[in-house]
Amino acid sequence: MMDLQFTSAKASLEERAVVDAVAGSRNGKTQRDSLLPVLHAVQDRFGWISPGALNYVGERLRVAPADVYGVATFYASLSTSPKPQQIVHVCDDIACLAGSEALIESLQASGAVVERSPCLGLCDRAPASLGPDDAWMPTYVGGTELRLLRHVGIVDPESLDAYCADGGYGALRKAFELGPQRVIAEVVTSNLLGRGGAAFPMGRKMEAVANAPERPHYLVCNADESEPGTFKDRVLMESDPYAIVEAMTIAGYTTGCERGYIYIRGEYPVATQRMSNAIARARDAGLLGEAIMGSKTRFDIEVRRGAGAYICGEETALFNSIEGKRGEPRSKPPFPVKAGLFGKPTQINNVETLANLLPILLEGGERYAQIGTPQSTGTRLFCLSGAVTRAGVYEVPHGTTLGAAIDLAGGVPRGRRLQAVLLGGAAGTFVAPDARAMPLTFEDARAAGATLGSGVVMLFDDQTEMMPILRRIARFFEEESCGQCVPCRVGTVRQSEALERRNFALLDDIGAVMRDASICGLGQTAANAIASAGANLKLW
Amino acid sequence: MVELTVDGAAVTVPDGATILDACQRAGVDTPTLCFLESLTPVNACRVCVVELEGSRVLVPACARRAESGMAVATDTPRVRRSRKMVLEFLASSVDLSTAPEAQRYCERYGADPQRYGPTAQTVTQPVKIDNALYVRDYAKCILCYKCVEACGTDAQNTFAIAVAGRGFDAHISTEYDVPLPDSACVYCGNCIGVCPTGALMFSTEYELRQRGEWDEANQTQTDTICSYCGVGCTLTLHVQENEIVKVTSPVENSVTGGHLCVKGRFGYQYVQNRPDDGD
Repeated sequence: MMDLQFTSAKASLEERAVVDAVAGSRNGKTQRDSLLPVLHAVQDRFGWISPGALNYVGERLRVAPADVYGVATFYASLSTSPKPQQIVHVCDDIACLAGSEALIESLQASGAVVERSPCLGLCDRAPASLGPDDAWMPTYVGGTELRLLRHVGIVDPESLDAYCADGGYGALRKAFELGPQRVIAEVVTSNLLGRGGAAFPMGRKMEAVANAPERPHYLVCNADESEPGTFKDRVLMESDPYAIVEAMTIAGYTTGCERGYIYIRGEYPVATQRMSNAIARARDAGLLGEAIMGSKTRFDIEVRRGAGAYICGEETALFNSIEGKRGEPRSKPPFPVKAGLFGKPTQINNVETLANLLPILLEGGERYAQIGTPQSTGTRLFCLSGAVTRAGVYEVPHGTTLGAAIDLAGGVPRGRRLQAVLLGGAAGTFVAPDARAMPLTFEDARAAGATLGSGVVMLFDDQTEMMPILRRIARFFEEESCGQCVPCRVGTVRQSEALERRNFALLDDIGAVMRDASICGLGQTAANAIASAGANLKLW
Repeated sequence: MVELTVDGAAVTVPDGATILDACQRAGVDTPTLCFLESLTPVNACRVCVVELEGSRVLVPACARRAESGMAVATDTPRVRRSRKMVLEFLASSVDLSTAPEAQRYCERYGADPQRYGPTAQTVTQPVKIDNALYVRDYAKCILCYKCVEACGTDAQNTFAIAVAGRGFDAHISTEYDVPLPDSACVYCGNCIGVCPTGALMFSTEYELRQRGEWDEANQTQTDTICSYCGVGCTLTLHVQENEIVKVTSPVENSVTGGHLCVKGRFGYQYVQNRPDDGD
């Protein structure tokens, strides 16, 4: 056992009790993967992590205090100095930028302690704020063919009975009938591509994990939705949580996992509550845990909360975060299907990707593959926000044109003209209004040098000044870089500075090294939107 | 055995070797900053990146395993541009005045840190002097993680320091930045041994440099065996004007791997306790 040394700072009795309650009873054994939940509990209760509390956490979990400090200072929601406990977070990110200053002033005038925040995933009510007493508000949903959104606003998200009465758990039953190999065959036939941004073939990933000889296997649902402009996964989790539980159970069963994690971003309290509730009720009903639906299948799900770090949406950073480490991405290879969470074969998917397993099983892979285009099958959730009449989440088949999607949301408010559309979020691409004819598919986006990313369609009208938007995007990456590799740690800062000084000539070189030499997707895409604004919007 | 090509030339390396090993075998000099043979590669600095056929992005030579059939290119415009930029980023944000190797690379790749202007953010900060044995000048830190690794499982298992903060604010720190004497530090000095930029430095060297008296050209290096215990660590004594000014150990030494303990590293004063010349 490590011989750890601590400073003389001691935890109060109250602090010890909070740590003990979460740390569990495995005394003496290193349980580093409890680190983030324990730090969350201390932060929530005391408003900060005091030196005494930090020492006690290290002692309990057998982690060196310098290491605990390294983790605590990595996450924006954790504080190592005293902070007020009741904070209102105001989004000043791209969708909310225009109205955020006025909102901050009015909140401060009413006595609130305000903190600025990157995108809160509430772009449908820009300018958005998130305070401890905020009531939940539904997000507008629409579309032409509702599959993923079919329960939203119709089925009570708290009630398992309501979910089952509306066809819930039919897909899992079907999966048990088919058996893992045939489920995977259906998914391969469906040609489902990942919806988190990388568009990896789902069937191939499931096959690789199912066939990985090393055990145990883990399933991870990536619900750390933090790409500016994205709020579709929030809507799925808030309004149809049982569907996510069912989909995770199918994926777990199929790939040989007995344990699943859903990592939900810390700024999604309602989604966290509803997912936790759905998991608990499913467990009570024998739909999670031992002998699911009377079968030999064993599978359970643990909810993990993010702590304010966009980078933890990167799959390997997310693994490190669950393991109680700093959310620094790992070098790939090895890929998660071989060595993922706790170094074991891991099936990791975005919420929306997993949700697609239900229609694939219910309708069959072949029928599913007929939706959309041959290369981009199925429907897709798009998050429309910004200068649009009805911001919300829209489900349309792949191949719907950008213009049609915009029209579904009521178009640009009367009296204004469209100036630009940001596709795919801060890591995405700006396109000019002439892109309205572009079919929303993986292949058409690629051909246009764009990306659908996480389904962001953010509109900017002719009254919007674009340079402040670009500077905000640059600042976003600067603040969210983990700091591990030089191209991203320094490059994101130099990119901000170059924009500030309007030294556009430097942007090419800075963008090239970030794209070519960064460890992970954050750095590799940190220059995309800005470069595309130069090229497609002719801003310089 | 693994067969691959480096810049078109066929190279054979043992299983488990890295692209960096293959480059060395092919006689290609590859710049590295965060790499050290005795530590786990973290591939954080990205100065060793190479082009790998079929890969969308460049890959770090130091960490990427060589595989049969790989075609590696080490001197393409993309590689040169990335290396130059990494070096410019470092030279424009960090004080590299005591990092001769980094300076050499900057020259080789034509890095021009001035072009980011006088207002470019840097990590400039006061030097930390909180003990008698060594100083920590984080204005010179390129965040290569080597000291953290040497303090942790790669050598000392003391865990006194970690990377704290995030992004450009990421930095090496004890918990709450407490001074070293309050931390778990055992003064083995292995962090100094692995530091590539002089951010971590013997107090003796720091003070001589402050006075303008550090004179590396006129120093001798003498290997000896540490007399404190039975392990038999090789010590390299750096001597200037008949005074020991620093103690290191060769990284290729099979006993130490370059690492020492507090006694071998700092306990040399007794060797030079001699009557004053005037007595």
